[in-house]
Amino acid sequence: MSMISSPHTHSGKSVQLTMLWVMLALAPATVFGLYLFGWPAISLFLITVLSCLLAEAIALKIMGKPIGKYLFDGSAILTGWLLAMSLPPSAPWWIGVLGAFLAIIVGKQVFGGIGQNLFNPAMVARVALLISFPLEMTTWVTADGVSGATPLGHIRTETGQGHTLSSLADSLPSVSDMGLGMIGGSMGETSAVLLLLGGLFLLWKHIITWHIPVSMIGTLLLLAGIMHAISPEVYPGMEVHLLAGATLLGAFFIATDLVTSPVSPTGQLVFGAGCGLLVYVIRTWAGYPEGMAFAVLLMNALTPLIDHYFRPRIYGRDRKGEPLNYASEEGK
Amino acid sequence: MGYLSTHKITKLFRIRGGVHPHDCKTLSANQAIEDLPMPALLHIPLQQHIGAAAKPAVQRGDHVLKGQLLANSQGMISAPVHAPTSGRVVGVGHYPAHHASGLSVHTITLQPDGKDEWIALNPPADPFTLDPAEIATRVAAAGIVGLGGATFPSAVKLNLRNRYKLHTLVINGAECEPYLTCDDRLMREYSANTIDGIRIMAYALGVENIVIGIENNKPEAQAAMREAATAFPNIQVVGLPMRYPMGSEKHLVQTLTGKETPARGLTADIGIVVHNPATALAVRDALREGKPLVSRVMTVSGGAIHKPRNLRVLLGTKVQDVIDYCEGFNVEPTRLISGGPMMGNVLPDTRVPTVKGCNGILALTTKEVSENQESPCIRCASCVQACPCGLLPLEMAANARAGNLDAVTKLGLMDCIACGSCSYVCPAHIPLVQYFNYAKGELANRQRAKHKQDETKRLIEQRAARMEALERAKKEMMERRKREAAAKKAAAAAKQAQEANA
Ligand code: SF4
Ligand code: SF4
Repeated sequence: MSMISSPHTHSGKSVQLTMLWVMLALAPATVFGLYLFGWPAISLFLITVLSCLLAEAIALKIMGKPIGKYLFDGSAILTGWLLAMSLPPSAPWWIGVLGAFLAIIVGKQVFGGIGQNLFNPAMVARVALLISFPLEMTTWVTADGVSGATPLGHIRTETGQGHTLSSLADSLPSVSDMGLGMIGGSMGETSAVLLLLGGLFLLWKHIITWHIPVSMIGTLLLLAGIMHAISPEVYPGMEVHLLAGATLLGAFFIATDLVTSPVSPTGQLVFGAGCGLLVYVIRTWAGYPEGMAFAVLLMNALTPLIDHYFRPRIYGRDRKGEPLNYASEEGK
Repeated sequence: MGYLSTHKITKLFRIRGGVHPHDCKTLSANQAIEDLPMPALLHIPLQQHIGAAAKPAVQRGDHVLKGQLLANSQGMISAPVHAPTSGRVVGVGHYPAHHASGLSVHTITLQPDGKDEWIALNPPADPFTLDPAEIATRVAAAGIVGLGGATFPSAVKLNLRNRYKLHTLVINGAECEPYLTCDDRLMREYSANTIDGIRIMAYALGVENIVIGIENNKPEAQAAMREAATAFPNIQVVGLPMRYPMGSEKHLVQTLTGKETPARGLTADIGIVVHNPATALAVRDALREGKPLVSRVMTVSGGAIHKPRNLRVLLGTKVQDVIDYCEGFNVEPTRLISGGPMMGNVLPDTRVPTVKGCNGILALTTKEVSENQESPCIRCASCVQACPCGLLPLEMAANARAGNLDAVTKLGLMDCIACGSCSYVCPAHIPLVQYFNYAKGELANRQRAKHKQDETKRLIEQRAARMEALERAKKEMMERRKREAAAKKAAAAAKQAQEANA
């Protein structure tokens, strides 16, 4: 194996650069979130990111891996960043620290480190926190400091009690407020417009492809549209599902996580559709109105299977892997 | 017959994957082809092609003329080697190969006498009156191999008419490898002769339709070839989008026709044969002037070369001589390569000779090579998107690393064309192609071992069968003898009895 193989040139892409672009794409929504929620949010963000770095360093040290090579590859920072963005901005500091250690140690390093993990580390931490500390994890504040439920949570509670949606109209934020981010929610999932912008940037930079976001959002909206048409008083419409909750953050930044999503285009379409379906089902009928994390984790578990069954067609072969045969085709 | 034989190409088809490497062609694209001055010594390897090595036809001390046969081709797939100039054979022995290993290979060493005197040449009066098979024979005798770098004996490809229903000759002027400009220059400067050679090839193949594909980064070559082809309505020059690996035969044909070549098949399966423009020019020289292949045009380039150039080099010239003519290195090159940076091979040093398949000598700097430490795969799928063959490079590499040869094969290892697109884009700098080469090598070893085992088994069985047959024959003979003896005895007894009776 010692012989040097072609190619003798490289595109210049690197892991670090890839992570950097993702962070850059996240930056506008993040800055907006930090601005909106102020100091508590900023300190929680910093605590979470730094704790991820600390956890990563400890894990690398224990496993005897070169800290210099891996610590600043950007993946730990990004994990912390995504986790921070999915936490309630008012959560206590120890939630950030605990979440960071859960994400890095349980979500990533026990699988063998970067690239080896089956589940999205940030979502592993978020779900673990949600189950262990439901109170701290579901206390949301709106930008003006009033605490209350997220729009989806609100709808879920009220319709669950038999109220109709039209009777809630006054207590729900307007569509433009949701689009711009003037609503309750976690730090980064509030401004749909800025998240969309970041997502488009990732597409433009070829860090992600359109398959997962499009199939995920498409499936979610399709279901929302159908259910809303059937029973508009019980099921909120497409705009609510698109703009509220972590839909856009999830579709562009979480479901598309490189390590834990399928690699083939068809596989990605299937994965995205699965995420969209699960998000809708969990939001509508299960106990967790913010169902993104669960949906993504469930689909993560299916990624190896999807990768196995949805391989690209090999050049010169049919779907079954047999060599193309033009003679038999002409005979037909 | 084919969709191509009846109408012209009006639309192109997209290939999957591919990459856009920096083409770096401006370094040498404006340098007209020059003849390299006569070197002091030539080292001519006997195997410069795919197939069996040629067998020496001269001895040490012989005086040879330019174009004289030095070594005969051996078997169906092989190519002869000719003297690149007149001079004295000073050695028939071994010399380091034009290969990363630098192992010694059979080589004839020639000391030029400076006269560059051709042997008597006897070209046919008009190639278009020859039998097509005769053209292939002459191409074989001229030692012509695929000059695009594949070095497959061209005559074998010209004879495909016997086994396939052909309708189109495609000339691969894509030259999609970065840095290389030799085909570009050739098509610009020798367009008329190249077209002539292309027409001779089409005649040999028995096809009417000719398509010349040239990437759109070579507008001058496109114009020159179009100009030279105006008199021939059956020739179409098509501009190809710039996308590596456009020059892969199967992908070029797919771009032109939308059809994929069946796995493990040839483009001839869909009625098309692909040749390189430099090969066409060599065919023209062989059929119009009777000259065998004794030189080739190559690009000498890369950030470490002082004066990048396009040179016509006598085969067997040392790489050092070529580099000297380009005024040497600016900086010590990080890597010395034969061919392009995407698929070329590392050269061990500058002592090795140039060969028929060498279309470029590149001396690359550290920055150009951009070597980096390998890190774990982040499953970013860049390699999957880049692969023009629909493979999963990340999984193939993981299995190759783990030694699961069966799994790699199942994933399509043998469908990989080693284009390097996957390694080129991998952010983790995983040397994917290196893993594939390793796996391919292991597989070949295994097959060889199995073949050998089967062969041994077969021999043992054969021997056993032979012994058994021998035994049986012996037994039968003995029994026959016994029977004969018994019969004789009986006959004698009967005779006696008869005599007694009488
Ligand atoms: S490009 Fe490299 S890092 Fe990305 S999936 Fe392929 S092998 Fe892994
Ligand atoms: S080298 Fe093989 S696996 Fe890699 S891109 Fe080319 S064909 Fe695909």
